[in-house]
Amino acid sequence: MLDVHVTKHFDGFTLDVSFTTHAAVTALMGPSGSGKSQTLRAVAGAMRPDRGRIALDGEPLFDAGAGIDVPPQAREVGYVPQHYALFPHLTVADNVAFGLKPRNHPDARARVTEMLETVGLTGLDRRRPHELSGGQQQRVALARALILNPRILLLDEPFAALDTQIRHSLRQELADLQQRLGFRALLVTHDPEDVVMAGECFLYENGRVIGEPTLLEPEPAPVSG
Amino acid sequence: MALLGALRSSGGAALGEHGGTRPQHRRTTGIILLVVGALLFSLIIALPIIAIFARVLPTGTLFSTFARPIVLEALRLSALTTLCTLGLTLVLGTPIAYLLARHRFPGKAVIDSLIELPMVLPPAVAGIGLLMAFGRRGIVGEPLSALGITIGFTTVAVVLAEFFVAAPFYVRAARSAFDSVDRELETVSRTLGVSDWATFWRVTVPVAFPSLLGGAVMCWARALGEFGATIMFAGSFQGRTQTMPLAIYAAMESDLDAALVLSAILTLVSFAILVLLRISVARLGGRYA
Repeated sequence: MLDVHVTKHFDGFTLDVSFTTHAAVTALMGPSGSGKSQTLRAVAGAMRPDRGRIALDGEPLFDAGAGIDVPPQAREVGYVPQHYALFPHLTVADNVAFGLKPRNHPDARARVTEMLETVGLTGLDRRRPHELSGGQQQRVALARALILNPRILLLDEPFAALDTQIRHSLRQELADLQQRLGFRALLVTHDPEDVVMAGECFLYENGRVIGEPTLLEPEPAPVSG
Repeated sequence: MALLGALRSSGGAALGEHGGTRPQHRRTTGIILLVVGALLFSLIIALPIIAIFARVLPTGTLFSTFARPIVLEALRLSALTTLCTLGLTLVLGTPIAYLLARHRFPGKAVIDSLIELPMVLPPAVAGIGLLMAFGRRGIVGEPLSALGITIGFTTVAVVLAEFFVAAPFYVRAARSAFDSVDRELETVSRTLGVSDWATFWRVTVPVAFPSLLGGAVMCWARALGEFGATIMFAGSFQGRTQTMPLAIYAAMESDLDAALVLSAILTLVSFAILVLLRISVARLGGRYA
């Protein structure tokens, strides 16, 4: 369960949103500049709201009233920004291994190999990000986040930076990956087609959630953890 | 020369087509003026450099002059002081560059301008200022000399003078380097459980590295050439404050050979810096493209 009730004033724009979701994949949909990405950043811990509360499975990540602001390092969320933000100075393998601490993960190399296989990037481990296609870059970003088994994956416009031709197949791939690994995700998009893989969808407009949530599954998908 | 050939051939082709009408004449004249201007420019820059080597190379005294104390001491002192300056600049300049790039605070514009001021300040003004601050009668110098610590006219004074004029070159480059690092990279690093401190060293610094390197090299080169502030604040004492530029000036009248050899070395080092910088920035830049 993800609870988000936050307010944040920007220059000439106010984000004031409130929603609760139980779905495995939740979509935030709306025009650009409606506050979806800022909501995602607030969950990631990259943006500090003025007021409100964010909780994951009842455990607060942020609570202005109680003075709680869990640092991003301790939130255990996987953040995949719109342009993937791959580390340009590192190889694909080093990007994926970035969050694995050698002390806690002596098997880091094996886990990276396995993860690269899972996302279909076997053999590209020594490439650098700029040598990859957009779709491959996205998979590296996914692998880098998923290897730490995050409590929730935060995807900001995951397909917006890609060509229309490969968008469709990558959408299917991500849905398959989600089914296989069973991770939970919060997805930000302006494209109605992306919402197909979501169990629940909230519509954004001018910094607010409008209307009732659209339930896209008869039952909220059960999520473990 | 290749440029000259290209200009000539394009001018020639155009002439053939139009049979030398009046606008064509004007164009040819323009090209000739361009070429003459470029040649004159190159000549004025290149001639003094050629002249130094023309005097140093044929005499055959290169190695014997090289071993003279005035040359060796100046080399040692320049290496020592510029490396100290560079180290001091990296340690003190990196945090302030990061602060200026990443944070807004009252008085930032003033600090920004203050830091760049030494880049446009005449070295003589820097020298006077340093004397008034750290000299025997200076604001800080006076209480220090009461404690038996003298800065003026010591090797420390050389480092301070070099730092004053050269550090801004690094801070300015580092500031814009940090500015241009995508903040999302750092955000992602943090969500992956990496501490802010480790994120700085594992993400920010490596991504900014080509520009940081460029700034450090420019700072070092500026320190190596420092003359005006040093001679006023530190004087010209062989083995203590007489760096290479000061030794060249001191040797001008008594030992022209030594001055020429030192000049040749400085020219070669400066040229090597520029070439290396260009190559390494291109290579590193390509890696990140």
